Amino acid sequence: MSKIPADLRYTRSHEWLKELPEGIIEIGISDHAQESLGDLVFVEMPEVGRSLAAGEACAVVESVKAASDIYAPVAATVVAINAQLAEAPELINQDPYGRGWIMRLKPTTQGADAGLLSALDYQALAAQS
Amino acid sequence: MPFIPHTDEDEREMLAAIGAPDIEALFDEIPANLRLQTLQDVPAGLSEFEVLQLMAARARADGRPLCFIGAGAYEHHIPAAVWSTISRGEFYSAYTPYQAEASQGTLQSIYEYQSMMASLTGMQVSNASLYDGATAVAEACLMAVRANRRSKAARILLPQSLHPHYRAVTLTTALNQGLMFDTLPYTREGGQLSFEALSAHDGQDFTALVIQQPNFFGVIEEVDALTDWAHAREALVIAVVNPTSLALLKPPGEWGAKGADIVVGEGQPLGCPLSSGGPYFGFMTTRMQHVRQMPGRIVGGTVDVDGRPGFSLTLQAREQHIRRAKATSNICTNQGLLMMAGTLYLALMGAEGLERVAASSMQHTEELVHALTAISGVRRVFARPVFHEAVLALDRPVAPVLSALAQRGIQGGLDLAGYYPELGPALLVCATETKSSADIQAYASALSEALRPARAA
Repeated sequence: MSKIPADLRYTRSHEWLKELPEGIIEIGISDHAQESLGDLVFVEMPEVGRSLAAGEACAVVESVKAASDIYAPVAATVVAINAQLAEAPELINQDPYGRGWIMRLKPTTQGADAGLLSALDYQALAAQS
Repeated sequence: MPFIPHTDEDEREMLAAIGAPDIEALFDEIPANLRLQTLQDVPAGLSEFEVLQLMAARARADGRPLCFIGAGAYEHHIPAAVWSTISRGEFYSAYTPYQAEASQGTLQSIYEYQSMMASLTGMQVSNASLYDGATAVAEACLMAVRANRRSKAARILLPQSLHPHYRAVTLTTALNQGLMFDTLPYTREGGQLSFEALSAHDGQDFTALVIQQPNFFGVIEEVDALTDWAHAREALVIAVVNPTSLALLKPPGEWGAKGADIVVGEGQPLGCPLSSGGPYFGFMTTRMQHVRQMPGRIVGGTVDVDGRPGFSLTLQAREQHIRRAKATSNICTNQGLLMMAGTLYLALMGAEGLERVAASSMQHTEELVHALTAISGVRRVFARPVFHEAVLALDRPVAPVLSALAQRGIQGGLDLAGYYPELGPALLVCATETKSSADIQAYASALSEALRPARAA
């Protein structure tokens, strides 16, 4: 059974969101997502400073058998990317909610995150897929 | 496997099994007025012997003309071992095989091809080949837009002196995918790209600059300065090169301070005969930094579970069977047979052989230009150095002159009237290593005679 930390929120496309100070959110992919993809070999990152629309494809995680887009959960600007993933994409497999974080975003508007799932709701979704 | 068509008896059995009286009954759902009863313009079949006779007669009518046409496809000597080897059953396929890893020999040949092309172009990685030079340029433009994320414009600078067919195919492929193209003029004196015209793009956002070396006119471009100019503006450089020329000219990986970013071209000069325009093969090489944006198949070296060396398709997550709509391209195989010919050609010629072909072609073209421009009414159009092709101006329309030469068994070059009308009556000529001094003299005297009557009149 994959880990689904209760203090995070999730998307239907298997990203997680963590709220950091000063309104910044951190994004990664769930334990369930990394398990489904298998060993990751490459992560394509957006440029810092890029503005993203809600739902826009902004990064790609590539495993030995598949490649999958990462979608911006809310309209936001990219403020940081996890540069370590360039050399060590396996961090996502090893520690999807910690050292495997993908990017940090500054949401363009507040309260635009109504469609996000709680850990409980995401658990139900992950159980079906 | 023997080819045995079904017999009348087979047909009867099959019809009996499905309960149909005859084959005609299988089509009775189609209204009679929609059915074409006879193929009026298609003659009755010929026997194999009759076909051979017909084709031999047609071939005699063609003759064995002396070909001085280049313009993207070049007549080079091909060692007999190239085609006798690739017509072996193990190699005789147009495609990357299904269950590719079961065909280690094919993968090894592709791997060797990739290694040679990367080395020849001075780049780090090659794909397993593309359809042809024109589609390779189109793919390179699409790739540049994916790879250059600093640029938001999806705008490519294309020289007017790029092969006109490459240009047409690139526009057809890329315009509907949202790319924009600006045309860069050539200078009328030298035939090379004009820096003055480039400066009009200073301060604009553009994705990539395409540089063809030598360009369509055979002219050598100032590739170092052009590459640095584009890189200073955060644009990528797409090099379009003739592989033979790379035995003499600087490889694109060494252009300017940083080298070109994507290198493409037509592989035909490497072991593929001129055959009514194809099939040929395209090549593409790049830097590791951009490998995930490269289209096409890539073979990688690996080891099996016992640690023995082997080959496998690699980086397949770029491809359409995995990435679906977001694949780097819809190309999903390679031009296997022609690529194999190119690999064998390069292996047989070696670096020294290729250099001798290139040097001899360059020398023969110089000799040809010298011989033809000695004729009154013929002059050189561009002053810049050329590789193995040059543009000549005639004092009258080119087409009738080419017809007169064809009567004498000489294909005198490509009439540029339809492509570059601004040049006036202009002819693109080429002499590779296959043209002897006697051949060149034969062309010169035939041209001299072809131009004489009008001068007397």
